[in-house]
Amino acid sequence: MAGTARQGTKRGRFAPYGLLSPGVIWLILFFMVPVMVLFRTSLSDRPNRFVPNALNFSWNFSNYTDALSQYGEQFQRSFVYAAAATIACFAIGYPLAYVIAFRGGRYRNLLLGLVVIPFFTTFLIRTLAWKTILADEGFVVQTLRDLGILAANGRLLATPLAVIGGLTYNFLPFMILPIYVSLEKIDRNLVDAAKDLYATPARAFWRVVFPLSLPGVFAGTLLTFIPACGDFINAAFLGSPQTTMIGNVVQNQFLVQLDYPTAAALSFTLMIIITVAVLIYAKVLGTEDIA
Amino acid sequence: MTATVAPPVSPTIDPAPIERTFPPPWLRKVGTISLNVYAGLGLLYLFIPIFVIVIFSFNQPKGRFNIVWQEFTLANWKDPFAIPELVDAFKLSLEIAAISTGVALVFGGLIALALTRYRFRGNAFVNLFLVLPLTTPEIVLGASLASLFIAQGTDRGFLTILIAHVMFCVSFVALTVKARLRGFDWSLEDAAMDLGAGPMRTFTKVTFPLMIPGLLAAAMLSFALSLDDFIITLFNAGTEVTFPLYIFGVRQRAIPPQINVLATTVLVVSVVLLIIGTVAGRMRERSRTSPH
Repeated sequence: MAGTARQGTKRGRFAPYGLLSPGVIWLILFFMVPVMVLFRTSLSDRPNRFVPNALNFSWNFSNYTDALSQYGEQFQRSFVYAAAATIACFAIGYPLAYVIAFRGGRYRNLLLGLVVIPFFTTFLIRTLAWKTILADEGFVVQTLRDLGILAANGRLLATPLAVIGGLTYNFLPFMILPIYVSLEKIDRNLVDAAKDLYATPARAFWRVVFPLSLPGVFAGTLLTFIPACGDFINAAFLGSPQTTMIGNVVQNQFLVQLDYPTAAALSFTLMIIITVAVLIYAKVLGTEDIA
Repeated sequence: MTATVAPPVSPTIDPAPIERTFPPPWLRKVGTISLNVYAGLGLLYLFIPIFVIVIFSFNQPKGRFNIVWQEFTLANWKDPFAIPELVDAFKLSLEIAAISTGVALVFGGLIALALTRYRFRGNAFVNLFLVLPLTTPEIVLGASLASLFIAQGTDRGFLTILIAHVMFCVSFVALTVKARLRGFDWSLEDAAMDLGAGPMRTFTKVTFPLMIPGLLAAAMLSFALSLDDFIITLFNAGTEVTFPLYIFGVRQRAIPPQINVLATTVLVVSVVLLIIGTVAGRMRERSRTSPH
């Protein structure tokens, strides 16, 4: 990958490193070093009555075992909700990206713009809007109750469904855009060739289009699943205490309880699980080029 | 059905075999239409909360919560700056977005230039390193950065928000600009040099103009991400209150309709910028494809 000679690229001895250094040093200082500090914090003594803010490093692995035994349920919920939201995003996003890429014609950019526009309103306000829509006294719940789909006192707000719905909505463009990009790149002649060779449209899709769009599917599912796992806004706004995710716990431990070691242990565990999951997923899908 | 589709020229080339008649045309049509309808519904779904946000900016709420529709009013739009805390928060967000976008554009642009223009050792590593912040949950980024500031005894505030925003914007800028520069023929630079342009002149006249579309796209993305960021900011804001933090802070006490007014304004401005960008891109394309 690194050795391919592209047109006019230069072999740099010093220049590329000079160009890279400001940004890369920033990322080392404020991304890599903090992750290491987080790891250190996760192994420090937890604050107690006698030493409220000491953060003594002591290889305190019990932070991990305590955190996992206490918050295993929230971890599990995070992954289940995030997986459900990712599947829903795929089910909504793939056909939408497909129609824009293959049938959008000259309106492709406009349609793509329409996909992005809703996300120019603040994340929190969008989620508050869903709260309004799903509210008990709202139109949707009333209609569903009248139709008998919901029980007379049935609710949408404060249910797992509302949280998953919120996650789906908020991360949908991260699914649509990468899939669109990979679909758009596909040479249309390949599809025509498949049809010339007597493939039905469905067969041409499954044998030609879908495999070629897998890099986009890979990127899209990751860009949806990862933020969804760590999110706590949807659970806080649309959920109930029975639907809290690991993000809610980390936020509470870090910013309210000021129990940094526990919060750090939980964050670090989340990061490790996600990294392992991503590596397995990449192996299964056979995608080498993550970028 | 054979009579209608028979092409006037050389009908022998296309034998139109039996296999092609499955699925029958009507079924294909049904498939096409239902897929389009499904996609249309998906697009509509994306806009449902947006309609609610815009409509509720014209609501006259009873009490402090703008949640239930009462009656139409223009009062909120006439007085969008009625709440000083909200205005301050909004200004702070704009300021942070502007500065962090500026810094990230320089850092990210240089990284993209290095990655596309040169072959060097560690290229693949840098590519991977750029993706890592994007594949790390925001809550981990926020908590780890805050851990660093706590460990260093740094007070969290304006500067720490800025540091955080530059951090996540750099990756986005670098990847966006890189994507646009990929496949670019760098020998154009040599041509400029051969024609007597110095390195500075070559950069300003050849390289930089070619980077502009990528930089513009990256600037919009990075500004939007910064303006909208909540989780990382929450961990690193200290006592500072950005627009999203304001909403988070007051939501238990009040949801004033001015929030909807400002959100709608941001939406409208973004749409206008998007249209300008699209039209400008199309005009550039046209002038390039028809040189004579």
